[in-house]
Amino acid sequence: MTEQAPILILLFPFLTAIFVALLGAKVPAASWPLTIASLGASICATLTTLIQVLENGTIRYYVGGWAPPFGIELRIDGLNALVAVTVATVAFLGAIYSKDRVESETENKGPQYYALYLLLAAGLLGIVITGDAFNLYVLLEIAALTSYALLAMGNKRATLAAFKYLIMGTIGASFYLLGVGYLYIKTGSLNMVDIQEQLIANGLQDSSTVQVAFIMITVGLWVKMAFFPLHAWLPNSYAFGPTTSSSIMAPLVTKVMIYVMVRMVLTVFGPVYAFEVLDWGNIVVWLAVIAILAGSIGALAQKDLRKMLTFLIIAEVGYMVGGVWLVDETGMTGAIYHIISDAFMTLCVFLFAGIVFAKTGARDIYAVDGLFKKMPITMIGFIVGAFSLIGIPPTAGFFSKWYLIQGGINSGNWEYVIALLISSLVNAVLFFRIIEIAYFGKKPAEGHIHHHGDDHTKISEAPITQLIPLLGTAAIILLIGIFNKDLVAVIQDFLEPFNLVAGIR
Amino acid sequence: MNPAITSSTPLLACLASLAAVLPILLLRKSPNLRESATFVAGFIKFGLVVSMLPTILGGTQIEYTLWQILPNLSIAFRVDGLGMLFGLVASSLWILTSLYTIGYMRGLKEHSQTRFVAFFAVSLSATIGVAFSANLFTLYLFYEMLSLATYPLVTHHQDKEARTGGRTYLSYLLSTSIGFVLPAMIFVFLKTGSSMEFAEGGFLAGHVSGKEALILLLLFTFGFAKSGLMPFHSWLPAAMVAPTPVSALLHAVAVVKVGVFCVIRVFTGVFGLEFLKTMDIATIIAWAAAFTIVVSSLIALTQDNLKRRLAFSTIGQLSYIILGVALLSDRAVIGSMAHIAMHAVGKITLFMCAGAIFVASGKKYISQMDGLGKKMPITFAAFTIGSLSVIGLPPTGGLISKFYLVTGAMDAGQTALLIVFLVSTMLNAAYLLPIGYRAFFPKDPELARQPFSWKNTEEASLPCVLPLCITAGLALVLFIKPQFLLNLAGLMVGHGG
Repeated sequence: MTEQAPILILLFPFLTAIFVALLGAKVPAASWPLTIASLGASICATLTTLIQVLENGTIRYYVGGWAPPFGIELRIDGLNALVAVTVATVAFLGAIYSKDRVESETENKGPQYYALYLLLAAGLLGIVITGDAFNLYVLLEIAALTSYALLAMGNKRATLAAFKYLIMGTIGASFYLLGVGYLYIKTGSLNMVDIQEQLIANGLQDSSTVQVAFIMITVGLWVKMAFFPLHAWLPNSYAFGPTTSSSIMAPLVTKVMIYVMVRMVLTVFGPVYAFEVLDWGNIVVWLAVIAILAGSIGALAQKDLRKMLTFLIIAEVGYMVGGVWLVDETGMTGAIYHIISDAFMTLCVFLFAGIVFAKTGARDIYAVDGLFKKMPITMIGFIVGAFSLIGIPPTAGFFSKWYLIQGGINSGNWEYVIALLISSLVNAVLFFRIIEIAYFGKKPAEGHIHHHGDDHTKISEAPITQLIPLLGTAAIILLIGIFNKDLVAVIQDFLEPFNLVAGIR
Repeated sequence: MNPAITSSTPLLACLASLAAVLPILLLRKSPNLRESATFVAGFIKFGLVVSMLPTILGGTQIEYTLWQILPNLSIAFRVDGLGMLFGLVASSLWILTSLYTIGYMRGLKEHSQTRFVAFFAVSLSATIGVAFSANLFTLYLFYEMLSLATYPLVTHHQDKEARTGGRTYLSYLLSTSIGFVLPAMIFVFLKTGSSMEFAEGGFLAGHVSGKEALILLLLFTFGFAKSGLMPFHSWLPAAMVAPTPVSALLHAVAVVKVGVFCVIRVFTGVFGLEFLKTMDIATIIAWAAAFTIVVSSLIALTQDNLKRRLAFSTIGQLSYIILGVALLSDRAVIGSMAHIAMHAVGKITLFMCAGAIFVASGKKYISQMDGLGKKMPITFAAFTIGSLSVIGLPPTGGLISKFYLVTGAMDAGQTALLIVFLVSTMLNAAYLLPIGYRAFFPKDPELARQPFSWKNTEEASLPCVLPLCITAGLALVLFIKPQFLLNLAGLMVGHGG
């Protein structure tokens, strides 16, 4: 059984999605338990896979027994085993949160929502574990199409935003597909490892076709991950979609795309090609710096809570793209570690935004008015996420920055270090603005007053199905911070053969 | 390297107050039980700190590694002379402040007292954590924890003024620690590749160039903005919106002393005095501190709000400590370490007096305190003793540390800085002594004619007055018995004082 774990990661949510879609019409109430069960099973499968990888090294699973390069291969090493666990866990927590919210935000669409949700989870998990570049494209489209639908379920603005996302997403995916096509022309292969072998064996490093393929794939992924200035689709779609949809998409979609970029750079093209032959590391780091600053400034300008958070995602994408292109082992470690930690941080603050929206019905940051008194437990969860985004130890976000800044100093990219620090400070301003409103109220009274909190009893603590995922996420943020050494050990084991220390550039 | 034993006492001493948070929250319905939880924790904490004193005085250090959090980096504790000195000051004064808090908060019927005492306990854990940190990373961790745990205390009143003050407070403290200290620390970690453990003589020598050393020194010294070095001092006057127990313990003792403590650690444990001498880069810090001393004293002269005047006085006194360690001579360093304790005792007395005056009479401006000494003789007597200690006059402990600082400046051959010490002492006298004097000998002849009688006194309640008498007494005792403090400080420069 355990040797089948890799495919089960995918099959649980995928098959349940079909089942939920069919059964949901008759028994809508069964949708949620089925979703939770299948995602829970999927987490178990990812954990089993992770343990196997840690014990025996890379797993190569041939789907249907067809050996590569002809069959589809699931290839799981230290990198994507970790990301898969992250994706499954975030999807699971998001699903718990959905229970109460689906009915009120997307009326009578419960079963459809859960079916799409599971398909999205299956698509993202598939992207993470597949070892085949074309198969990845197919799964990319599965994930994308379901996300358009999930977002469009929101209000009117969400429908428009989802349409914009559809256009941009399709362009991004087409770029990717074209790139893979070029690679196929040159190497005759779609299997990631095989492509890499063919590139070296046939001396294709100087081929301009491969160069075009690399640029196409990278740019396509940048569109999909909302790397500034290709980010325009993201803020509105995540800010106006249902809070249930955005709580899985905001943490996962961009992060999974960054994983794909790391995979392309390291496994498909190889670091020597990506960093040395093309030599645009410095330019990309500068682009990342601009992305970080633009995202931070954009966030400062927002009054809408979720929209502010979406701009933070753009800044965080800058962190990771920059971290990858620092061409430094510590920087790469930081970028990969940040994929995991940022997924949970983003989930945490988006869950909070969802809970606030659920309780108050308001979208702007003033909705948190006086919440420390009314919803103290929710605020504790939020504070962990906020501190992590600011980068206060011992949360996960601090350690991401710890590794990323080290990478920046090592490789001499001081502009990147400074951008990270500025963005930390901007995050501090952003989150303390919210904490202030929650603590003092919208307009604190002049002079010395004593309020006792028994005035507004209208809003009380969030229901348990919303608190569990929020506090669970907060706990995970602290745990992956405190145990970061063990996570990083896995990442560094994975990075070792690529020999990034030598200072390729 | 000093001999060291492993024991979990430093960790327990750090956690004692944190563990009190839960009982404090559970007992929120009955204030008396809640307060006793604080006292139990306070005495346990103090007891644990004192239990380590003989070992430390014997020249042995106590260390404990809690958790290896990063490759090569641990959250670890080590108690040495300096840490012990600071730990003693903070944990003993916490007990007195807790007593004072009861009198002050209940006297003014403040809201959310449970939250207040809970965060107070957390702040104390962070303070002791800083005092007993074995390496730069652990120090940074507790430093940040302290900034955040004190925010709800500073903004306790939750009004507009508190919000503005809290904003200034956090933006100064967080922007400097994230903007300056964090990158400096990561740079040090990369350059030395070591565990960043504080070592006698530092661990940076030989790893950085002269220019890098200068930049690091500036980043660290100004980055630990809790030390109030100008131009990053404005948070301290802003933090005066807090209730007085916070100003007393945190902004005269714990928080600000954590700032200068960190600076001393960086000078002695990271760079090492010898390395700084060869590099010749500490002079710029010495002059920044001298500038701060003079300017803050002049500003203090102009303040009519008593707490604000004391705040500016604190800024100046903190820079004494920084100046002392930046002089790099053994005596000056001992003096600056001892000044942590001496100034703490003196300044906490002054703040407690300010609070007691406010509780009893509602007055916060010095101009209103004319003749008040007749109504509050005990408070103003304590105030005068505290003033003497802060100025550095006998018969108070402040004289001892100032003596070491001044002679240290002579040792270092810095005549100009010696003059700064002397001028600022006169300024200190000019802004502190008139307060006590006017209270007892008012300008207004009407008030002056009133006869004094114990029956007419209107002192604050006993829990308010008792602690400030004790701290004033401590200031006197430290004049007679300063030796153990000097011994502790002496351990840090390689001899017994």
